[in-house]
Amino acid sequence: MKMLINGQPCQVPEGCSVAAALAHAGQPSATFCGMGQCQQCQVTIDGVNHRLACMTPAVDGMVIEVAHEPC
Amino acid sequence: MGHCLRTADVLIVGAGIIGAACAREFARQGLSVAVIDPGPIGAGASAAAMGHLLVVDDAEFALSQRSLQLWQQWLDENPAHAALAEHQRCGTLWIASDDEELALARQKREFYAARGVAAELIDAAELARLEPLLRPGLAGALRVAGDARVYPPKVAARWLKEAKVEVMRGEVLAPEGQGLRLADGRRLWGALTVLCAGLASQRWLPPGWLLPKKGQLAITQRQPLTVNHQLVELGYLKKAHLAEKDSVSFNVQPRPGGQLLIGSSRQPGRADSALDQALLGQMLESACAYLPALAHMSLLRCWTGIRPASRDGLPLIGAHPSLPRVWLASGHEGLGITTSLATAELLADLSLGRTPLLDAAPFTPSRLK
Amino acid sequence: MNPVEADVIVVGAGPAGLAAVRRLLQANQRVIWVDQGARPGGQIWRSAVPQQWEIATHPHLLWLPGHAVIAAEGQQRLLLHSLINPSQASLWISAPRLLLALGARERFLPFPGWTLPGVHGAGGLQALVKNGWPIRSQRTVLAGSGPLLLAAADTVRAAGADLRLIAEQASATTLTRFAARLPQGKIAQAAALRWRLRGAPYRAATWVVRALGEYKLEAVELNDGSHVSCEALGIGFGLLPNTALAELLGCRISAGAIAVDGALQTSLKDVYAAGECTGIGGVDKALIEGELAALQMLGQDDARLRRAHVRAQAFAGRLAASFAPRPALLQLADAKTTICRCENVTLAELKTQADWRSAKLQTRCGMGACQGRICGPITQELLGWPAQQGVREPLQPVPLGCFLPPRDPA
Repeated sequence: MKMLINGQPCQVPEGCSVAAALAHAGQPSATFCGMGQCQQCQVTIDGVNHRLACMTPAVDGMVIEVAHEPC
Repeated sequence: MGHCLRTADVLIVGAGIIGAACAREFARQGLSVAVIDPGPIGAGASAAAMGHLLVVDDAEFALSQRSLQLWQQWLDENPAHAALAEHQRCGTLWIASDDEELALARQKREFYAARGVAAELIDAAELARLEPLLRPGLAGALRVAGDARVYPPKVAARWLKEAKVEVMRGEVLAPEGQGLRLADGRRLWGALTVLCAGLASQRWLPPGWLLPKKGQLAITQRQPLTVNHQLVELGYLKKAHLAEKDSVSFNVQPRPGGQLLIGSSRQPGRADSALDQALLGQMLESACAYLPALAHMSLLRCWTGIRPASRDGLPLIGAHPSLPRVWLASGHEGLGITTSLATAELLADLSLGRTPLLDAAPFTPSRLK
Repeated sequence: MNPVEADVIVVGAGPAGLAAVRRLLQANQRVIWVDQGARPGGQIWRSAVPQQWEIATHPHLLWLPGHAVIAAEGQQRLLLHSLINPSQASLWISAPRLLLALGARERFLPFPGWTLPGVHGAGGLQALVKNGWPIRSQRTVLAGSGPLLLAAADTVRAAGADLRLIAEQASATTLTRFAARLPQGKIAQAAALRWRLRGAPYRAATWVVRALGEYKLEAVELNDGSHVSCEALGIGFGLLPNTALAELLGCRISAGAIAVDGALQTSLKDVYAAGECTGIGGVDKALIEGELAALQMLGQDDARLRRAHVRAQAFAGRLAASFAPRPALLQLADAKTTICRCENVTLAELKTQADWRSAKLQTRCGMGACQGRICGPITQELLGWPAQQGVREPLQPVPLGCFLPPRDPA
């Protein structure tokens, strides 16, 4: 699956969450609870801010921005 | 049971922004102070409030102007105060959406100019430059650069600390002789009692003197788009004084860190804490009409608060109409944060028998008799 | 604002929700079924629902995956937001009866270094790995308390992690006693699990006192002073019932769970609750309660199921007693340890405050994105502050547009 992460095209495995895809691409979001409670893994997906990486399935062609300073 | 626990020169009922301001003022006069509140400091209307510091162009002009001077004096006392209060001199932009409102803006400017308050008319182009997030097609605005915003609960805690007051957790039942009786049986003695308990002050007043005006607010998460001033629609003050009807008006404040605080609504006569979804929707719709980008921002939380309003819309500052040695500082509606310091100054002057700086007549409680 | 209507709304697609929906559909009820996840299973089965529990599409079922409940009006109307498709208009749903199968979240006890990248909840790490998180060859430690540790260890091992240690804080005696009283069906399960984990050191009466590393996790220090180098730490101390939606509706909460009577009805008539959200008790309790709640809604009962429920509740009691964190774990955080992760509030700052509300107003603890979900329970345990977190809409952050009135009157 191809995704654009912080402006860079990346190959990531199929069937994983955005959090996992980011980790595979070496640009992890700040994950902790893994189940949508702590809100630490917020990233921008396809232009929409504050989406939870751990709860969102990664989809081919997604454009993701990860802030390097957690909010 | 029933024995006296504390004695102080001044007993202050309520640890909100008004109580804290009064405690600080009386302490500065060299008096000992006790403050009683059933809850945490600044946890009532002071916590729900927007924390907007502004000079108004109505009957509370003098009170608000004097109060902003006192706010500035407090900020100047110690460089740490601004950070502690989360003070930002963002100014206010009173937004005119059409020529009719622009005429209101001009009137406002004349009012301020005549009284030495810096206020400038901004045309549509300049408005767009100052606030790029505002929708196109607005007529202009009035900019009052001296206005600011603060975070009231921390200010209240600080003022109480300055007064060296430990707040007593307790609920005041009734005045009793020279003092107060609390719900748990404790008694307090003092030369003066100041009643600044928000809507709860109504318990000690003739019926109908204080009325609730419920408000709702919403806040976004931190995000990169911001506004640079507190943005308020010109119809705001007119709606604030509407007696009967529910209303919403556009009022958005930038918070340090990038959250946007969105108000405001008024529901006269409502004192419950439940969120009214329909009114919330209207308030947010009005906000999005001015700031379209809001619709895409992440909403973090909504809450409600109860503004204590007096029957005629002006605060009650002065002697209780019938209870000896009891003084009132209540009913500030949506201006409590702004007018807290001038209220305390005025009340101290009146209760200590000094000539007040401001004309106290409009605020005299017995006017409602 | 015409809501989509049904006979029953079921919130949650874990075992409790699944069991309830299956029973309700058999009785021809029209059901709206909502879950934040993309597929049923909740946290336990996480998209790998055992075949006998799969629910085929059914004409009376409106299945709404990837949706979060964000607000409520009265007790019968819920506002939903699509997490998968956030620009979609939010949706009102309505039914005369509601079943809350909200599940649980992990319970955390902070310690120095717990905010380092590489540190996750134990259940959290399991969830991440099940969703593809790369853990192959990473030196991994699982620590904390409870059966969830072993389940999480099993998952990470199967995904190729280099499992270095499983550290259970309960004593060996407690564990032996717990194992001895396991119901028949669970003994085989437990044995199989232990066999799969035979390669990893498992130590009782052992816990992590600090996580070490400069920019990310590099090692953990244990209570015996030893260090274990690792890149991944999964740490959790059991589960906490999810109650936020119940609180918003006005249900009574008791001992941190949604209070229900024998019929699984909450303090609100026509609002039921089932599964972990009524008390932590594992899959069996959840399956039983989901079915019992559905039967109650249908005006039916089942004595055999009730007996099973009693047994499941007894197991839940033993679980709680056996794996209760020892007092030392409440002392690990020092003055500089972050308690509120969202707003970076330390223990020292919180100790200056008298209660949760003061702390919130004066330090911002609980005002951040998670609205106290993570730090609220921690302050209860470490500081003794009573639970009163004050749930408000939205139940989680959502685009503001969700709350705008619809453009056209529907």
